[in-house]
Amino acid sequence: MSQMTMVQAINHALRLELGRNERVLVLGEDVGRNGGVFRATDGLMAAFGPDRVVDMPLAESAIVGAAVGLAMGGMCPVAEIQFLGFIYEAMDQMASQAARVRFRSNGRFSAPLVVRAPFGGGVRTPEVHSDSLEALFVHTPGLYVVMPSTPYDAKGLLLTAIRTPDPVLFLEPMALYRSFRQEVPEGDYEIPLGAARVVRAGTQLTLVGWGPVVPVMEEAAERSAVSCDIIDLRWLSPIDWPCVLASVEKTGRAVVVHEAVRTGGLGAEVAATIQERAFLSLEAPVMRVTGYDTPYPVPLLEDDWLPNLERIRHAIKRTMEF
Amino acid sequence: MADNGLTPELMKEMYYYMVLSRAVDDRMWILNRQGKAPVVYSSNGHEAAQVGSAFALNRGEDWICPYYRDLALVLAYGMSVRDVMLHLLGRAQDPNSGGRQMPAHWGHRQLHILTGGSVVATQDVHATGLALASKVLKDGRVSVAYFGEGSTSQGEFHEALNFAAVHKLPVIFFNENNGYAISVPARKQMAVMDVAARAAGYGMPGVIVDGNDPLKVYEVTREAAERARSGDGPTLIEAKTYRFVPHSSDDDDRAYRSREEVQEWKKRDPLVMFEQRLTEDGILNDDNLTAMRQQIKDLVNDATDFAEQAPLPDPGTLYAEVYGS
Ligand SMILES: Cc1ncc(C[n+]2csc(CCOP(=O)(O)OP(=O)(O)O)c2C)c(N)n1
Ligand SMILES: [Mg+2]
Repeated sequence: MSQMTMVQAINHALRLELGRNERVLVLGEDVGRNGGVFRATDGLMAAFGPDRVVDMPLAESAIVGAAVGLAMGGMCPVAEIQFLGFIYEAMDQMASQAARVRFRSNGRFSAPLVVRAPFGGGVRTPEVHSDSLEALFVHTPGLYVVMPSTPYDAKGLLLTAIRTPDPVLFLEPMALYRSFRQEVPEGDYEIPLGAARVVRAGTQLTLVGWGPVVPVMEEAAERSAVSCDIIDLRWLSPIDWPCVLASVEKTGRAVVVHEAVRTGGLGAEVAATIQERAFLSLEAPVMRVTGYDTPYPVPLLEDDWLPNLERIRHAIKRTMEF
Repeated sequence: MADNGLTPELMKEMYYYMVLSRAVDDRMWILNRQGKAPVVYSSNGHEAAQVGSAFALNRGEDWICPYYRDLALVLAYGMSVRDVMLHLLGRAQDPNSGGRQMPAHWGHRQLHILTGGSVVATQDVHATGLALASKVLKDGRVSVAYFGEGSTSQGEFHEALNFAAVHKLPVIFFNENNGYAISVPARKQMAVMDVAARAAGYGMPGVIVDGNDPLKVYEVTREAAERARSGDGPTLIEAKTYRFVPHSSDDDDRAYRSREEVQEWKKRDPLVMFEQRLTEDGILNDDNLTAMRQQIKDLVNDATDFAEQAPLPDPGTLYAEVYGS
C-alpha cells in the first residue's frame, strides 16, 4: 500500500497491465515521451518501448479507429483522448464502430478497448476541455462507461476496464487528479463491472452522483443535519439499479447530482427509473442538481455553474420540506 | 510475362472469380426486383480491380477491410456463394452478421475479412490499427483498406494515411476510382486529377493502375504488399475503373451520366478483355469456358435456393451480442 493521487493510481494500473499482458498497448497524443499532458502515462514509454506506448498524430478519429482495428487484431488497446471534449472528432468511431462491432457481426468480432479521457470543470480550462459528455455514451448501447472518484477506485476500475471484452469509456475527473491522496494497493485488484459504491450510509435522503461531484456531495452531507445515504454510481453504463433502488426504498427521498448539463442528462434517467420502480417509496419528487443548459462557461461563472455545496444543500432542503 | 508468380492456372482462377461475381451480382438484382433482397450494391465493372488485388495477397491470412462495392473481392477471398446469398437475404446463418446487417456489409472472421459498417472511410483507420497490431505482434500480415474515391474526402482517409506513413505500417490503401460518388463526379470531389496524388503529401508511394486489367492490378498490389511486409510502409493504389450499373438498386444513374459514357466504358469491360486475352494465350477455350459457365450457373442456383430456404434470425435474439460480458 502507498499513498497515491488518482493520476498516480491510473499510471500504476497502466504499468501493471502493460507488464502483465504483452497485448496491452497505450496510444494517444503526447502519451509517449511526455507521459501525457497530465502525466498519466509518465515513464511508460521508457519502460515498455515505443511500440507499446505509441505517440499518435493529432487526430482523434485515427486514435479511436486505430484502437478499434488493434482490438479486432487481437490487441488490448488503451487509447487516450487528451480531453473528453475532443472526442466529438472521433464520435463515429466510438458510437458507430467500437460500440457496434460485436452486435453487427453477431458476436463474430469484438472490440475490447479502453478509451481514457480527462474531463470536468473546476480547473479553469477553456470551453470544451471541461465538458461532461457521459450521457452521449450511456445513450450508446455496446459501450460501457465508468468514472472513478477516488484513487483506489481509479486503479481497480481501470484494471477491470482493460480486461473487459467490450469497449469501455473511462472518464477521469480532472479536478480529482491530484486533489487528494489515498491508500492504494501496489498489487492487482479489480472492481466488479456495474457495481456502485455506497460512500456513506444514512436514513433520510439518498444522494446519487458520480465523478467530480462525489466529494462535494460528501461535504454537503457532512454539514447537513439530514442523514444522507450517498451513492457513487462509478459505472454509468450499466447502472447499479439494485443499489440505487434499495437506498431510495429506505430513505424515500433522492437528489441526483451531476456536472453535465441538465436537459437529457443522466440524472433524468436516474430520476425516471426511481419513479418507475420505487414510486410508492417516494415522499418527494426526485430533484436534480446539475450544470445549466449552456455551453461550459468562462472561469468567472464556473463555480456557480457547477453543482456546488450551496446548490446541493438547497436541493436537500427543498426535498425534505416537500 | 515477367515472373510475377502467376501461373496459367491462377489466371484462369482469376477469370473464374470475375465471371462468378458478375453472375452472383446479376442474380442479386433479380432477387431485389422480385422483392426478396432489400438492396443491392454491385461490383459490376470493378471485378478486375477487386479480384486482381485479392490474388496478390495471402488470402485468408492478410486482413482485408472491404466496402459495400466489394462482392468480387470477398468471393475471391474465399467467401462462398451460399454465404453471399445468406447475407443478401438476411438469414440466420449469414456468416457476415447472422442476418443483422443489410446486404454488402461484409465481414468474415475466419477469412480475415473485417466487419464493416455503413459509414464510408471508417475502415481506412481500422486497417491501419490492424497493421499496427501486426507490427507489434510481428505476424507478417498486411492489411488492405478498400474504398471509393468519394470517400477520400473524409477526414478519416487522411488521418489513416498520415498515421500509417509516420509509423511505416504494413497497410495498403486500395482505391477503386469509378469516377462517381453516387451522382457526384470525381472532379467535384477533389481539385486534383488523381487520388494517387494524395500519397505524396503523406510520404508514401501513390500508384495509378488500370483497374480493368486484373494482371496489372495484381502486380502493383503484389509490389505494395512486399513493401509493406519488408517494413517500408504503406502504399496508396488507385485503380481507375467504372461501375456499369447504378450505385445501388435504389439509384437511377440516368439522372447524372449519359448512356454514351456508359457504353464507351463497356467497350473496356474487364471480363470481355480478360477473356480475350486468356483465349489468345490458350488458357481459355470453348470447352473449359462452357464447363466454367455451367459450374457458375449451378452454384448460383444452388446458393439462391439454399438461402431462400434458410431460416430467418429469431427476433428474440435482439438483445444478444450487444455486450459480451
Ligand atoms: C459518412 C457517410 N456519408 C454518406 C454516406 C452515403 N453514401 C454511401 S455510398 C456514397 C458514395 C460513395 O462513393 P465512392 O466513395 O466513390 O464509392 P463508390 O460507391 O463509387 O464505389 C455515399 C454518399 C455514407 N455511407 N457514409
Ligand atoms: Mg466512386
